[in-house]
Amino acid sequence: MKERLVLIGNGMAGVRALEELLKLEPNKYDITVFGSEPHPNYNRILLSPVLAGEKKFDEIILNKREWYTKNNITLHAGSPVVEINRVKRKVITSDGTEAEYDRLLMATGSDPFIIPVPGAELDGVISFRDIHDVEQMLIASKKYKNAVVIGGGLLGLEAANGLIKQGMEVSVVHLMDTLMERQLDEAAGAMLKRSLEENGMNFMMGAQTESILGEKRVEGVRFADGSIVKADLVVMAVGIRPNIDLAKKAGLYCERGVVVNDTMQTYDPRIYALGECVQHRETCYGLVAPLFEQAKVCANHLAELGYGRYEGSVTSTKLKVTGIDLFSAGDFHGDDTTEEIVFQDLAGGTYKKLVIKDNRISGAVLYGNTVDGAWYFQLMREGTNISDMRESLLFGQSAHLGSSGHGGETQASAMSDAAQVCDCNGVCKGDIVKAITSEGLFTVDEVKSHTKAGASCGSCVGLVEQILANTLGGDYSAPEAKPLCACTEFTHDQVRSTIREYELTDKQGVFDKMDWRTPDGCHICRPAINYYLISAWPDKAIDDAQSRFINERVHGNIQKDGTFSVIPRILGGRTTPHELRTIAEAAEKFDVGEVHFTGGQRINMLGVKKEDLPAMWAFLTDRGMVSGHAYGKALRTVKTCVGSTWCRFGTQDSTGLGMKLEEATWASWMPHKFKMAVSGCPRNCAEATIKDFGVVCVDSGYELHIGGNGGVKVRATDVLCRVETEDEVMEHCMAFIQLYREEARYLERTAPWVERIGLSYIKQRIREDVPGRKALYRRFIDSQEVAQHDPWTSRAKGAEAHEFVPLKKIGE
Amino acid sequence: MSAVMTETWVEVGSLSDIPRLGSRVVKTQDDEVAIFRAADDTVFALSNRCPHKQGPLSEGILHGHRVTCPLHNWVIELENGEAVAPDVGCTRSYSVRLEGEQILLSV
Ligand code: SRM
Ligand SMILES: Cc1cc2nc3c(=O)[nH]c(=O)nc-3n(C[C@H](O)[C@H](O)[C@H](O)COP(=O)(O)OP(=O)(O)OC[C@H]3O[C@@H](n4cnc5c(N)ncnc54)[C@H](O)[C@@H]3O)c2cc1C
Ligand code: SF4
Ligand code: FES
Repeated sequence: MKERLVLIGNGMAGVRALEELLKLEPNKYDITVFGSEPHPNYNRILLSPVLAGEKKFDEIILNKREWYTKNNITLHAGSPVVEINRVKRKVITSDGTEAEYDRLLMATGSDPFIIPVPGAELDGVISFRDIHDVEQMLIASKKYKNAVVIGGGLLGLEAANGLIKQGMEVSVVHLMDTLMERQLDEAAGAMLKRSLEENGMNFMMGAQTESILGEKRVEGVRFADGSIVKADLVVMAVGIRPNIDLAKKAGLYCERGVVVNDTMQTYDPRIYALGECVQHRETCYGLVAPLFEQAKVCANHLAELGYGRYEGSVTSTKLKVTGIDLFSAGDFHGDDTTEEIVFQDLAGGTYKKLVIKDNRISGAVLYGNTVDGAWYFQLMREGTNISDMRESLLFGQSAHLGSSGHGGETQASAMSDAAQVCDCNGVCKGDIVKAITSEGLFTVDEVKSHTKAGASCGSCVGLVEQILANTLGGDYSAPEAKPLCACTEFTHDQVRSTIREYELTDKQGVFDKMDWRTPDGCHICRPAINYYLISAWPDKAIDDAQSRFINERVHGNIQKDGTFSVIPRILGGRTTPHELRTIAEAAEKFDVGEVHFTGGQRINMLGVKKEDLPAMWAFLTDRGMVSGHAYGKALRTVKTCVGSTWCRFGTQDSTGLGMKLEEATWASWMPHKFKMAVSGCPRNCAEATIKDFGVVCVDSGYELHIGGNGGVKVRATDVLCRVETEDEVMEHCMAFIQLYREEARYLERTAPWVERIGLSYIKQRIREDVPGRKALYRRFIDSQEVAQHDPWTSRAKGAEAHEFVPLKKIGE
Repeated sequence: MSAVMTETWVEVGSLSDIPRLGSRVVKTQDDEVAIFRAADDTVFALSNRCPHKQGPLSEGILHGHRVTCPLHNWVIELENGEAVAPDVGCTRSYSVRLEGEQILLSV
């Protein structure tokens, strides 16, 4: 017989845990769900838009009744559990229904806090927690005029905004002097207040409610100073309290919430708890993002995988009031140990404050322009050392990096629904918002897979994050310790260090050692693992062809019609009549579809049939040309200008140096593609300042540049140092490549890698630590001894022949 | 009256011609069929065209009983050619079986 799992609380956290569990173990349990509310699970966050009349209840349902049926889950909706009998291991509801459990999951959420003043029980005094409350407010708004919202926090303001939209006169009463004081500092709170006042909201600040007046139905509110306001509807939104009554009654250990450990287990090992009702490491959460992280861990243990661990969350907040852009995260008040960077433009309505501690962001408040919220939040969670970008930090990521596509459009809330967000796949803002609300999406990854927005070149991901935050009110991007892929809980860095520590040399070793969930991984983890193996043990590791993307497996670039492109290497962009003739002849002989000068100073022959590749390569390699690796996560091109040999401004032999660099480094595998350039003088005709490694020749020697990128997000290089001789250039270049190869994550180009670890670190490793640099250089040379051979020559001679011919042709 | 279904099984090669987690193509008169060999040596056959934009599935990365299309990363079930949700689409699947080492394809 299957084990029985009972869930108490049919809300966002509990059902999410079930979804995660079903993904891992669809058939392990007989599942029964009890919920007080007479509805299937809906998206509580979106009650605000329902109140504002922007959405219907149907549109915010996350799991329809069919979902429960389809997954064999018995749902008792409208059936509150009133008792847990831990000895007999069963739960009992108010109507006497009983269910036995082997494991119990509690996700009872929280209760709105009702201030215990006289009159709090009158008709027309309601809280803002569930759809029933919203229905009450909607009915009242049709009949009555005056509403008072007690509480100027997130919920209160969203309630007030909704009631105004329903045509009521609304006063917000707040005990403090600053609105949303738990999320905003004074300056931002004041700006928020001003914009809301412009929307027609009235405020009574520093007002203490003394009693609620009325006979049967509320008629007014009286304050401690004796003043009275008229009210036909009072919404109490002063806070929430974890709903622990049931747990307490059952004798489970509770403090403010039900106390759980890092596996989401309560003091009774058969009972797990998650969501707003729990207290984990002294903290109770009131936002969705942490609950989802908890749900993952909880599901992992219910599935008896036993390695998930919840270590707490850093949260961020957004207010979901149309037209107001506000973001806050972390500790934004600061103290003696912190410093602040502030930008304030009262007239323009923008305010930004970053709190810095030990060169790391520890909190942020943004008002008016929240474009960079997600970026600051990421820097904060990753603990990035910001000393290298301090000066430009407040101007945001786009000041720092330019990006191509979506015409520099960055303000999500100002975009119309018809505005295109993803230029690769033609997805508009309206499509994204619709998918988020109707499909119940919460993360950028979910939006990517449902709408394809951001799934191609990725330049619009920041915008997608903002739309998501505007719609859902928070940051749902995955936390820093993101697993490599769905096959594992481990991160890139953990996989790589395990490979080194245990000297693993093949993928099976990694799968076994690290308990991979899938027998042979997936298209995301296999190429990454393969790279980590060959970069750690260039001479021992087994390079697994089936773990490489098709381009690297057949040494050509696959095209949309399934044909391939062939780009021979042209060292430093300098070619010869012999090479040009060879290319011309090859193009004719193999009837290629198009001959194209590439952006990397070489020639591309497109439209080659797979079966023709070996013969074409034989033709090219016989005449001295080798693979250009235009298809690989490898060294691509070294662009050069003509330099001192011809140019009247040239200071050094840039072409010669570029050729030497390419000669030494071609055929080296990298975490991502790697491009270089050498310009003969600071006019920089070879565009060395947007390359992974660039050299700008100067009269006294060479200026070395690193971390540039010319693609989706343009990033100009940082200057590493100046050196005097070509030999030094070579040594620095190869040491830098080796550091990148050993430490960057798979598919991370040098630009984001440098951003992540900081220029200072690289300077220290390459510039200051001279023996360290020499050792890196040495390791690069050693690995080139194994790696530097032309794959085309061996394929032309018959290696891997099965790749290129059909298994059989029938009927010819 | 009953229609007689005729199935023609054609020998297309031996298991060892396809690397584990790899694929080879069989060209028929009216289609190109990708034969896949999973890690557990099960073989599958699908039309070599992704339901998305006709990408050649035979060039994809195999994992479990699925293949990821090389062009835009849709994941396709080898068993029946269905795209894995949230993507929607299906490519034609063929019957294929092993007789000893020999791979037989029904065309
Ligand atoms: C052929 C070429 C276009 C051309 O006709 O000029 C090209 C073609 C492709 N580029 Fe590129 N890129 C080419 C130069 C560039 C350049 C210019 C340069 O190298 O100076 C850039 C900007 C510089 C840079 O990388 O920083 C460039 C930025 C990209 C990007 C964005 C990378 C980024 O970090 O943002 C991608 C997408 C990716 O790599 O994920 C990309 C991806 C591609 C792919 C591989 C797309 C794909 O996956 O199929 C295209 C392969 C076509 C093919 O089959 O050959 N290509 N691509 C150029 C080949 C240069 C060469 O000789 O090897
Ligand atoms: C109006 C509003 C706006 C919000 N906006 C945001 C936002 O923008 N961003 C954000 O991150 N978060 C927001 N939140 C908070 C978010 O909705 C909660 O953090 C989240 O819903 C908590 O999930 P949970 O499962 O712990 O609790 P809930 O979703 O409340 O689920 C608990 C369920 O358990 C049921 N239950 C309780 N006791 C019993 C019992 N004894 N037997 C059976 N069932 C029981 C309850 O009826 C409820 O249905 C908002 C909340 C509200 C009310
Ligand atoms: S070659 Fe580059 S820019 Fe052109 S379509 Fe392909 S990826 Fe885009
Ligand atoms: S063609 Fe297969 S994913 Fe696009």
